[in-house]
Amino acid sequence: MHNYITVRTKSDKVSFQLSKKVAMMIILLCILLCGMMMLALSVGSDFISPVTVVKELFGYGTGEYLFTIQTLRLPRVLLAALVGMALAVSGLILQGIIRNPLAAPDIIGVTSGASVGALLFLAYATVSIHFLPLAAIIGAGVVSTIIYLLSWKKGVTPIRMVLIGIGISAFAKGIVTMLIVMGEEVRTSRAYIWLTGSLYGANMQDVYLLLPWVVFLSLFTFIIARVINVKELGDDIALGVGVKVQIFRLLFLLISVMLAGTAVAFVGGIAFVGLVAPHISRMMVGRSFAALIPISSMVGAIIVIFADIIGRTAFLPKDLPAGVFTAAIGAPFFIYLLFRTRNQ
Amino acid sequence: MNHILEADALTVSYGNTNILEDLHLQVPKGKITVLVGANGCGKSTLLRTFARLIKPKDGHVLLEEEKIRDLSTKSVAKRLAILPQGPIAPEGLTVLQLVKQGRYPHQSWMKQWSTEDEQIVNDALEATQMTPFANSPVNALSGGQRQRAWIAMTLAQKTDLILLDEPTTYLDMAHQVEILDLLFDLNSRENRTVVMVLHDLNLACRYAHHIVAVRDKKIYAQGKPEDIVTIDLVRDVFGMGCTIMNDPLFGTPLCVPHGKGIKCCLRA
Repeated sequence: MHNYITVRTKSDKVSFQLSKKVAMMIILLCILLCGMMMLALSVGSDFISPVTVVKELFGYGTGEYLFTIQTLRLPRVLLAALVGMALAVSGLILQGIIRNPLAAPDIIGVTSGASVGALLFLAYATVSIHFLPLAAIIGAGVVSTIIYLLSWKKGVTPIRMVLIGIGISAFAKGIVTMLIVMGEEVRTSRAYIWLTGSLYGANMQDVYLLLPWVVFLSLFTFIIARVINVKELGDDIALGVGVKVQIFRLLFLLISVMLAGTAVAFVGGIAFVGLVAPHISRMMVGRSFAALIPISSMVGAIIVIFADIIGRTAFLPKDLPAGVFTAAIGAPFFIYLLFRTRNQ
Repeated sequence: MNHILEADALTVSYGNTNILEDLHLQVPKGKITVLVGANGCGKSTLLRTFARLIKPKDGHVLLEEEKIRDLSTKSVAKRLAILPQGPIAPEGLTVLQLVKQGRYPHQSWMKQWSTEDEQIVNDALEATQMTPFANSPVNALSGGQRQRAWIAMTLAQKTDLILLDEPTTYLDMAHQVEILDLLFDLNSRENRTVVMVLHDLNLACRYAHHIVAVRDKKIYAQGKPEDIVTIDLVRDVFGMGCTIMNDPLFGTPLCVPHGKGIKCCLRA
């Protein structure tokens, strides 16, 4: 086991193992992520050189670009990163508990539930638009709970959850379409943008709201990561090895819904990140769940930041929703995945 | 205490049908016990109920004379390991990663890879001769190697009692014997109690100290192979006529089934 670093305190009270390959990948991805963030801060309708960006951020600049960087671009980049992380870890957890590599947060009704919540809000609400994320989270929570309860029959099995989830999500999408068709035009276009997923108008308040959720939930998942390693072997084996299968399944589901729900609440129905980021991570480091959490987070963050960069700059002066480009990256990858599993 | 596992008035059902009814069985400690019976007779159900994967409708399972329902999942996992039928490893999982999972009941959030864990996993790989394959993906191995990897995982759990549900099904003859020889060694060297479901009656006779024939929701007979495997048992449990002779290598009962064959039948 020469390719592992083992950390142990005296008398073995604390011990864990880290693969050298994973450690290297994490460092590599950190560098890549920072690079991507710098890129995002530099490009746009005005190109600001990275050196100037750093100067402005730390207060040594002329102040000329401070507004652009600090108020327009920085929140957007940070929000993109957080959303990417949240969706990636959410998808990762789901693929682990459903034991199917094609699982994504939409299956358990998160995206469609949040869409229903958001659209109902846009159509009927009289309160400030600031409450939109809350409506989305409530929508996600309600639909996920319905799916979970309907799947319960002396316990929840992955296959039942997936089947019912697909059905309920389809139903929710029907409601969404109905709301759009019946709604006023102004609200319709706003609804479409929300549904596609956009980082337009991101501000630091959003970042501060989302940050603790993502950090806390990801850390918590990391601590209980080894449970998923065992659950991936099947319920029988997991039970045999002493895992309380039903309780942990519910717990992981909750975490997944919360992560995806909060992300989607702020940014709308960004697609494919939760499906694609875990897969790319697995191709890089294999199956150890604890390692996949930081790796997937960073891959997810990079994808969303990159998609937003393209959306912001490739079609100037238009600002296209990032969701268009996560789909543009994700859909071909998804097809490639289907193609690969078909041959097995 | 010379029985490690016991079924007491066990009734197990799927829906409204009883698979097992008022079943009593004591599994001797430190021996190899094999459950045999026709397809669908409930032997797998019995094994899975023993492993608390199934909740009985009535009656109890006792592990070392304590009701298994009263014990915590983790504490049971330290005394009893189960290898279900046809386990599937996720794509890309290596043998080492699989075997490490067996240490779960002995670990905690802080203590994820103690010296003891490492030693036991290495021992498990050695015992199953899987050390050269430690970094290979489980799904890339041959049937026999894959099964040995799964057995290594249950060995890493370090339990006195190992339950295996049809560990040799889908394996060719050489691999079947390879697995059974391994289990035989584990029993004789480390005194682990082995309880398994086998389809091959002859192999069961050769490797078992104690055979349990399940039929009609109950135990039809149990005991040493040479005592209970008779023409009558085979007819009643499997619905088949046969001739019983002594295995030329081991002297245990060898069941030769009646029926058709290319050549003429030598005996009536």
